[in-house]
Amino acid sequence: MYEIKFKQVLNPVTKMLVVQAPDIAKVCKAGQFVMIRVNETGERFPLTIADFDREKGTVTIVFQEVGKSTQLLGRLEVGDEILDFVGPLGKATHTDDIGTVVVIGGGCGSAIAYPVARAFKEAGNHLITINGARSMSLLLYREEMKKISDEAYETTDDGSCGVHGFVTTVLGDLIQQGRKIDLVFAVGPVPMMKFVAKTTEDKKIPTIVSLNSIMVDGTGMCGACRVTVGGQMKFACVDGPEFDGHEVDFDELMGRLNAYTKQEEKSEELYASESGGS
Amino acid sequence: MADEKKPKRKRKPPTKKEPMPEQDPSVRRGNFEEVALGYAAEAAIREAEKCMQCRNPKCVAGCPVDVPIKEFIALVREGKFMEAAEKIKETNTLPAICGRVCPQETQCEAKCIYGIRNEAIAIGRLERFVADFAREKGEPLPELPEKIGKQVAVVGSGPAGLTCAGDLIKLGYDVTIFEAFHKPGGVLMYGIPEFRLPKDIVEAEVEFLEKLGVKIRYNYVVGKIRQVKELMEEDGFDAVFLGTGAGAPNFMRIPGMTLVDVFSANEFLTRVNLMKGYLFPEYDTPVKIGQKVAVIGGGNVAMDAARTSLRLGAEEVYIVYRRSREQMPARLEEVHHAEEEGVQFKLLINPTEVIGDEKGNVIGMKCIRMELGEKDASGRRRPVPIEGSEFVMDVDTVIVAIGNSPNPIVTESIPGLELSKWGTIVIDEETGMSSIPGIFAGGDIVTGAATVISAMGAGKTAAEGIHKYLSEKKD
Ligand SMILES: Cc1cc2nc3c(=O)[nH]c(=O)nc-3n(C[C@H](O)[C@H](O)[C@H](O)COP(=O)(O)OP(=O)(O)OC[C@H]3O[C@@H](n4cnc5c(N)ncnc54)[C@H](O)[C@@H]3O)c2cc1C
Ligand SMILES: Cc1cc2nc3c(=O)[nH]c(=O)nc-3n(C[C@H](O)[C@H](O)[C@H](O)COP(=O)(O)OP(=O)(O)OC[C@H]3O[C@@H](n4cnc5c(N)ncnc54)[C@H](O)[C@@H]3O)c2cc1C
Ligand code: SF4
Ligand code: SF4
Ligand code: FES
Repeated sequence: MYEIKFKQVLNPVTKMLVVQAPDIAKVCKAGQFVMIRVNETGERFPLTIADFDREKGTVTIVFQEVGKSTQLLGRLEVGDEILDFVGPLGKATHTDDIGTVVVIGGGCGSAIAYPVARAFKEAGNHLITINGARSMSLLLYREEMKKISDEAYETTDDGSCGVHGFVTTVLGDLIQQGRKIDLVFAVGPVPMMKFVAKTTEDKKIPTIVSLNSIMVDGTGMCGACRVTVGGQMKFACVDGPEFDGHEVDFDELMGRLNAYTKQEEKSEELYASESGGS
Repeated sequence: MADEKKPKRKRKPPTKKEPMPEQDPSVRRGNFEEVALGYAAEAAIREAEKCMQCRNPKCVAGCPVDVPIKEFIALVREGKFMEAAEKIKETNTLPAICGRVCPQETQCEAKCIYGIRNEAIAIGRLERFVADFAREKGEPLPELPEKIGKQVAVVGSGPAGLTCAGDLIKLGYDVTIFEAFHKPGGVLMYGIPEFRLPKDIVEAEVEFLEKLGVKIRYNYVVGKIRQVKELMEEDGFDAVFLGTGAGAPNFMRIPGMTLVDVFSANEFLTRVNLMKGYLFPEYDTPVKIGQKVAVIGGGNVAMDAARTSLRLGAEEVYIVYRRSREQMPARLEEVHHAEEEGVQFKLLINPTEVIGDEKGNVIGMKCIRMELGEKDASGRRRPVPIEGSEFVMDVDTVIVAIGNSPNPIVTESIPGLELSKWGTIVIDEETGMSSIPGIFAGGDIVTGAATVISAMGAGKTAAEGIHKYLSEKKD
């Protein structure tokens, strides 16, 4: 059992939990994830390790409540325990010193982008961050991002804060201005990652994306997470979750993410009707 | 030619095995309860009485873990079922499981002398009967020797790991199993379905080991959370056994393998068995099943996927296999059960493409007919495509059950570990030791996907190897 030591509501749909998991905290790296099962009847699902404290033995997760499992997790309070917490899984991000790096986080992806951005900064890179969301209230990690960035941009779809537009609006401008960019790292909704990769394609700017395919075990034994990268089948949980954005078949990934929509809706409805009365 | 000669004198007609009651096929294809119901005591005794108690029994030679078959059957004849169970447990830690899933027709029963003229003695069914009897009555714990004061780590709780752990604890070692999942058993838990091997039986067999003192740490992916080297150098383990199985699913190299309604049998079965997806929405893990399901493959895994599909409500389920029926590697009983339940066999047919619509849903599967040609390296006649025989099968779900490769997480994390070109661990056959002293391995991670009983045999060999290694090692 994995005890929750701290909880913070970041915005109406996003929560942060700090979980006691000393063995994982000891060895995990930016870019890796954990598989979670909240209770005995729960499903296994992946969440990125957003932060960790090796001394305190804790791992931080930040998640958006999009369906039953994430809602179930969001209901837990400090002192409650998560039944299963497996990791660290997946390959760590390569955060070498390569020059100028643009780290892009969209929506909940900003929470995942943050530790990666910090690692790039610590490695000595010139760090540009682009933090995007639909609206100001949904922007995450604003102060944290600004603190570690050499240049920090914010974008909102509705213009309520920062640049009115998408993360690709800012990225496109930077490229237009002829800025030398050595690497782009993007994490967020699949369409966002797809358009980031499109934006950097012409100039062949190396672009890493962190994929969120559906997973069951997270250890390479089911193939649920398979994605096509450069025409080859890869398992996101062991070969990734990070891949070359110019090689990923995003349309296929989007289709696969919708595989269980019907069942997920049923599950969520049932959960809402059961928990609504209490 | 043989049937031209008339037999000289009349012999008794060959006897058949005492039948084991089963759920009716039309009923069971709609539920997940166990298909075979097991012997009653009288039937077990009747079957046991046929055993000739051979002076030189050949049956044992067919069992990779040397179950004292003749002796336990003798005890069954006397109605001493508890004693019979104890006898089996001397060499076999998981008899209730073996009795259910061993391919007996190619193992112990294949060698049975009584079986030369008749149907062999139903060794598997008897083993199942006594193990179930003992479990229900509550088994006494065997006496354990004093602790040696040495620790062994077992990675993976499949049949190989469980057997190795059980044998070592009986020798006086402290044993800790590290398991990646939240449940023990490996394939026994996530692969083989409830209707063939009820999960509470697997858990009961594991609990028995825990009572003997085996510790199990779940959610522990060795190679990620901790390295084997650290287990040995920092955590005080004197030896390590790797029983991590062949868990990585293979897909065909044909177009359409990433379509939404194409699943590996591993994914499909894991959702249903380990995650209890057949109880959705009571359990949260969803399973998708269409109306017309094609399962590609001819082994136990394919049979399990096909029969599970029926139970989830598919109307038509096809086994699509590129060789002939005789060449199917599945246990005879499973093929028979699948057929009874209504699974349709499409033999000598090979898929060439899974066809999808713009949303990624499967709308058909292109196939080609095959014929048997020359013998290949395995001695089986190789299937070759018949030119111009392509056709499209009307299916909306495809489950791929064409085998598994070794899971690379552990092997890649151990520098210097010698692997074969297939990624399996190379070991010394006699001791189970890998190329690194103190690291042993066995089961599917060494042989590639094989059987429960061969994995158990390997776990046993390694336990002996570890005992020998640690007894001789001075420190
Ligand atoms: C490597 C990785 C890291 C991730 N990190 C984060 C993170 O840090 N924060 C965060 O908010 N989300 C993260 N996700 C996505 C998160 O796993 C899903 O949002 C979550 O599983 C949804 O479950 P649900 O029951 O609440 O919603 P559901 O109603 O089940 O599903 C909502 C949507 O989530 C996706 N999804 C459903 N089940 C799974 C599953 N088992 N695995 C993956 N995706 C699924 C599907 O696209 C689905 O349409 C990550 C995904 C991956 C693969
Ligand atoms: C669907 C199906 C049906 C089958 N039916 C039969 C049958 O009827 N009869 C028969 O004899 N055989 C059958 N088999 C084959 C048989 O189950 C396997 O040969 C046998 O289970 C192999 O045992 P094992 O101990 O080597 O590995 P596994 O059973 O695969 O167990 C390996 C264990 O190691 C764990 N693990 C892996 N990596 C790590 C890690 N890094 N850290 C910690 N733990 C790890 C896994 O989670 C798993 O629990 C079937 C197989 C399948 C898939
Ligand atoms: S363990 Fe398997 S092979 Fe050995 S006697 Fe029992 S059924 Fe036969
Ligand atoms: S070989 Fe057959 S008949 Fe002989 S002892 Fe073994 S089970 Fe009995
Ligand atoms: S999640 Fe099962 S193989 Fe990746």
